[in-house]
Amino acid sequence: MFEIIKNRLFKGVVTGSLRGMGPSRPEDLEALGQELKTAIHKRFGRSFHIREVDTGSCGGCESEIIATTNPIYDVQRFGVDFVASPRHADALLVTGPVSKNMALALKKTYDAMPGPKYVITLGDCAPDGGLFKGSYYVEGGVKNILPVSAHIPGCPPDPMTIIRYLLILLKV
Amino acid sequence: MDPKLIFKDILEKGKVPFVNMEEPYDDEFSINVNLGNFKAACLELHKVLKSPVMMLFATDVRAKRGVFTLSCVFSSVKYRKWITVTTDIDGEDPRFESLSKEMYSASLFEREIKEMFGIEPAGSPDSRRLKLHDEVWPEGLYPLRKDFPAVASLWRDPAMSCKDVCVGGVTMSAAASGEYKFKRIEGEGVFEIPVGPVHAGIIGPGHFRFSVAGEPIINMEARLGFTHRGVEKILEGRTVSDAVKITECVSGDASFGHSLAFCQAVEKICGINVPEEASVVRAMMLELERLYNHAADIGGMAVDVGFSFPSAYASIIKESILALNKELTGSRYLKNVNRIGGVNKNLTIEDITCLRGSLKGILKDFGELKDMLYNSVSFMDRVDTAGILKKKTAEDLGVIGLAARASGIPMDIRKDFPGGTYKKVRFDVIKESGGDCLARLNVRTAEFAGSAGMILQFADILKCGGQKLFADHPAVRPGSGLGYVESWRGAVLYWVKLDEKGTIERCKIVDPSFHNWEALSFAVLGNIVPDFPLCNKSFDLSYSGNDL
Repeated sequence: MFEIIKNRLFKGVVTGSLRGMGPSRPEDLEALGQELKTAIHKRFGRSFHIREVDTGSCGGCESEIIATTNPIYDVQRFGVDFVASPRHADALLVTGPVSKNMALALKKTYDAMPGPKYVITLGDCAPDGGLFKGSYYVEGGVKNILPVSAHIPGCPPDPMTIIRYLLILLKV
Repeated sequence: MDPKLIFKDILEKGKVPFVNMEEPYDDEFSINVNLGNFKAACLELHKVLKSPVMMLFATDVRAKRGVFTLSCVFSSVKYRKWITVTTDIDGEDPRFESLSKEMYSASLFEREIKEMFGIEPAGSPDSRRLKLHDEVWPEGLYPLRKDFPAVASLWRDPAMSCKDVCVGGVTMSAAASGEYKFKRIEGEGVFEIPVGPVHAGIIGPGHFRFSVAGEPIINMEARLGFTHRGVEKILEGRTVSDAVKITECVSGDASFGHSLAFCQAVEKICGINVPEEASVVRAMMLELERLYNHAADIGGMAVDVGFSFPSAYASIIKESILALNKELTGSRYLKNVNRIGGVNKNLTIEDITCLRGSLKGILKDFGELKDMLYNSVSFMDRVDTAGILKKKTAEDLGVIGLAARASGIPMDIRKDFPGGTYKKVRFDVIKESGGDCLARLNVRTAEFAGSAGMILQFADILKCGGQKLFADHPAVRPGSGLGYVESWRGAVLYWVKLDEKGTIERCKIVDPSFHNWEALSFAVLGNIVPDFPLCNKSFDLSYSGNDL
């Protein structure tokens, strides 16, 4: 307990900056976040809940999605939350080229979501299979299975890119 | 002593005849045997070298010689060699005698060979498919055979129903309607909990089937293969420089380890000498990859017992290392750094100063994280004696890397096959004997400090002269060779065969996760279901590296 209190006091607030090495310009993150918060407030009444599904990604995209929730980016303070069940989700965030084994699971996850619902793809594999395009075991992108509203490019996209594209999606 | 004499002696003692032997490279030795003697030769080497099956794979050379070849790779720390036993299998009626009853570590490889090549391991105790799920893939279609077209549109005619399959102009009405049979535990009060493939967290997909009586787990079976993308087939026919990018996406959290193992295999085949400075940069990046993953896993273990403050603290450490990676190489996950012949990135004096500075801060934070965890009685109570993997089980399963070291098996390629670079620095192989979550946590914390120390030693060696760090115009030539790297989970192995055109004819990838997933099923036995996430995280295995 003593260590926790000590570290809480000494570490202070790290959000937005990290010895000058976090997001290249912390004030960008703040401005972007506030804009995102306003957009979420308007369209979703405070909170935007996302369910993530990996359909065969290498794990890089997952790592970056998790990074958006770390204390430096802390996307939750703007109203974005990642939820454990599709029943609680407003949007489905899909990574990976959709392997044959995951096609049904992806469809079922989508069907389990209450409407209105969005599908967002993330990472360069998701739109058409990316590096794995043409393989015998990939379905060639999420769009062949679900209606996709937006895409976040990158291999993998860094947390700032993810936040920026979420804002673009909500503004449209 | 001449290695030929050593291995001749071993085989003669076991009364196993062989066809020929050769030493293609300093660190490799290959033994060719007849199919009838393949099993005996493998078992003899397994016994004498005390090595699990590191790789067992087939290659389709029917176009040239009318046969499949089957190769089994062992490692020998004593002789500092990778030993490959190779045999030919008839192309018309491909079968071989199963090794897995006597040598369990061959089991998963045999299942893989059967589904990918249609080669029958006769007498195998388990022939269920691993990656090509029975529900979506018909019987009798073997994607890694050379007559299976690389491009999907060539084998599936869009006009046909999705259940009809067309290969080489022949239509097979092969409905995929199979079902995977899990082991069933029956009895009063026993019930099953199916979990996945979509999990609650932001992680890869896999299915876990628990059989429980009350709270303790009495059986757990993992069904994987959900992220199978056909990586090995995709790599075939690519030029080596194109392939580097794909190997970086085999397992996203070990992208540097994978691309390095691939590059080393190609460099070995083509006789390319990597500049010394580039080897040091590579070793440094490999250790940076270890650092960020160990930090993430320690945080993950904290979050899986509901200890959120240290976990948030660990994610700050991980983020600092990712940011450092970006600063040094332009990529948070060290992508686009490796290339055939060296590295793309030159480190300058300023880079090294920045590295030293942030590493100092990272180590300070890590010390605090360690204090928080090790001084928390309730946390220690959860990790201590949870998820024990016994040494004997680990040996039988062929567990490697970090998980093996935590169960008392001191294997580490950095020490066992050091190459030039790791000889230049001082470090210890961390070994624990408990085999529980605490042991794996201890290995991680000790390795974190060790790797950081190594990075600083590498930084001292670097000259930062600004010269280019890759060999010029590497000439690609045909041949085959093995690349191996001690990535943060354990040994990443790439066996690469290049053809006359300089493109990839076959590339067999083995991620440490493939060896280690089964260990999790044994480690969780007797533990309660709520401890499963903790046990799982203490191994932290890759889904995509396993499924390929």
